[in-house]
Amino acid sequence: MTVIDDPLTIAEDWQRQGRDVAIATVIETWGSAPRPTGSHLVIDGEGNFEGSVSGGCVEGAVITEALDVIASGAPRMLEFGVADETAWRVGLSCGGRIRVYVERLAA
Amino acid sequence: MKLALLEKLNAARRARQAVVQIVSLDGGEGLVIVEGEATPDAFAEAVQSAFLSGKAGNVDVEGRPFFINAYLPPPRILAIGAVHITQALAKLAPVAGYDISIIDPRTAFATPERFEGIDLVADWPEDVLRERPLDAYTALVAVTHDPKIDDFPLADALRKGCFYVGALGSRKTHAKRVERLTALGLSSTEIDRIKAPIGLDIGAASPAEIAVAILAEVIAAYRCRSLASPVAQAGAAQ
Repeated sequence: MTVIDDPLTIAEDWQRQGRDVAIATVIETWGSAPRPTGSHLVIDGEGNFEGSVSGGCVEGAVITEALDVIASGAPRMLEFGVADETAWRVGLSCGGRIRVYVERLAA
Repeated sequence: MKLALLEKLNAARRARQAVVQIVSLDGGEGLVIVEGEATPDAFAEAVQSAFLSGKAGNVDVEGRPFFINAYLPPPRILAIGAVHITQALAKLAPVAGYDISIIDPRTAFATPERFEGIDLVADWPEDVLRERPLDAYTALVAVTHDPKIDDFPLADALRKGCFYVGALGSRKTHAKRVERLTALGLSSTEIDRIKAPIGLDIGAASPAEIAVAILAEVIAAYRCRSLASPVAQAGAAQ
């Protein structure tokens, strides 16, 4: 919880170390969502990550998308929910829906 | 997001300043606004609301989608009294995400052995609080039971708008405290904010149980605060 080792501080450190970094942010939630709007997951080009955007349900999918965002530089909006087939597959079992914005950290 | 914006955001958070980030969701430039800085007119209302509530949200400005994220300083606890209760509180607070510091001028109490790994200052609160001022995002927990030590930080916490102010002592002890604080020029509205007896009423008996009751009361004060609370007002006025 301390500011020192939170995802955004880690993202800055990673970038300084010359690593490629993407920041994923929960933009919107509906129903029961485990992490509030504004929560961050940060990912580096190797797939290392810190933070969370759900209770662990969709992080895998977000990391995969983040690697594409790092490669292309183009931000993406992701949506996960029980009504969504992808979400069933990746398992947002809490019954909520979330929208996650993924962008690359630019120099 | 540009690295320079992230650096500004992180620097503000390290300095315990409230900060808002505006993210353009259609590929435009973002913005980071530290509390007190000028806000573009089109965003003024949304940014002000984010500073007050600490909540993130979406807003359309001139037909374009933006996400507004708010970062309020993490709430922390400042405890007056290196006593048995705060030995337990110092272990519990970090688990709930609260940084804690302990001040006690009595060097027999404030020993590193009793508070291993804890931010402990063996000095008078008057001196310490000059160097490390209280703010609206700090909870003040006064548990020395000694007016010479507790009164100054209690009065200071009420004036600085700390989101929680609690003091150990029976109702009788507290009645005398109210008289002393009134004599110091504090209003009854201010003094009424002091939680005394301290801690949620869970029938706590041991020092550790009292620490749990205090921490629960601190969490309740933070999470249940309204926009009209001193935290929001002091935050908005900074």
